Amino acid sequence: MGIESSLGDGYLTTKIDALTNWARSNAAWPMPMGLACCAIEMMAFAGPKYDAARFGSEVMRFSPRQSDVMIVAGWVNYKMSHAIRRIWDQMPDPKWCIAMGACASTGGMHRCYGVVQGCDNFLPVDAYVSGCPPRPDALLHALMKIQDKIRTEHSVKLDT
Amino acid sequence: MDLELSDSLKKVVDGLSSDFSDKFIEVYQSSGDTFVRVEADAIVQICRYLKNEQHFIYLTDMLGTDRFTSEERFEIIYNLVSLRDREHLFVKVRLPEEDPTIQSITDVWKSATWLEREIFDMFGVKFENHPDFRRMYMPEDFDYYPLRKEFPLLGIPGSIELPSTTPDTE
Repeated sequence: MGIESSLGDGYLTTKIDALTNWARSNAAWPMPMGLACCAIEMMAFAGPKYDAARFGSEVMRFSPRQSDVMIVAGWVNYKMSHAIRRIWDQMPDPKWCIAMGACASTGGMHRCYGVVQGCDNFLPVDAYVSGCPPRPDALLHALMKIQDKIRTEHSVKLDT
Repeated sequence: MDLELSDSLKKVVDGLSSDFSDKFIEVYQSSGDTFVRVEADAIVQICRYLKNEQHFIYLTDMLGTDRFTSEERFEIIYNLVSLRDREHLFVKVRLPEEDPTIQSITDVWKSATWLEREIFDMFGVKFENHPDFRRMYMPEDFDYYPLRKEFPLLGIPGSIELPSTTPDTE
């Protein structure tokens, strides 16, 4: 029964860091910040065809308290930026951010007075996705990049 | 210019030019639509007349224009529809650059509430006797009118606040 039967009587050794990063990187729950047409591609990313569940990210959490990765999907205007920053501040650490598409990354074609020219003006973005809108595979790629980043982090601080 | 007016529109234009002869400026047609230009100070009476007497019960839209001319710079366009007669009518008024102000028509068509707010937000045209006169899209403390021609496309740097990125220090 369970994993114990295949492990036999032995034991495993690992580092706390590796264990934590393994757990974190395979359960990066997204906070879907769907603001425009990119959100449609984000739904495809979560749906059965592209299947973000393979990477442990199938649980779209609409509560910031339960999510790890904010996917900013779409253009951000100045009025909305305050709400997004507030939601970002409500997410518990550790947290990561994906700027999905040209608009979230740079303002894109919305080169005008009301749109923030890239959500990195007020958010610490970890991964940018090009495209207008990007295909769901591109978003999966960004998610895998975030996973790589999580796996190389030092998650547990040692007092020496 | 020869006008090709339908019977119902001819009645409207004749009624306007006789009842408001001193406020009626011109009528013309373009791309199959009929435009009527009137004096701005009589807009409420003219709109009430068009609604009550000529059955233009539906205010589809209101537009603002920055003509960028030295005189009568701003133009407000009322897009009216008569569902009974199946007619469109555009009513235009022009306003000066200095302190553009016009009476609100929210007493005639309630749907003008948001349309007038939007024109104020984008062009700075003030509507008097409006029940809830605020900006529509831009922040309340925004000092500019973005669709005016002299406003730069990318906005004025720093004129709209971004959220604080160090919330703990607030």
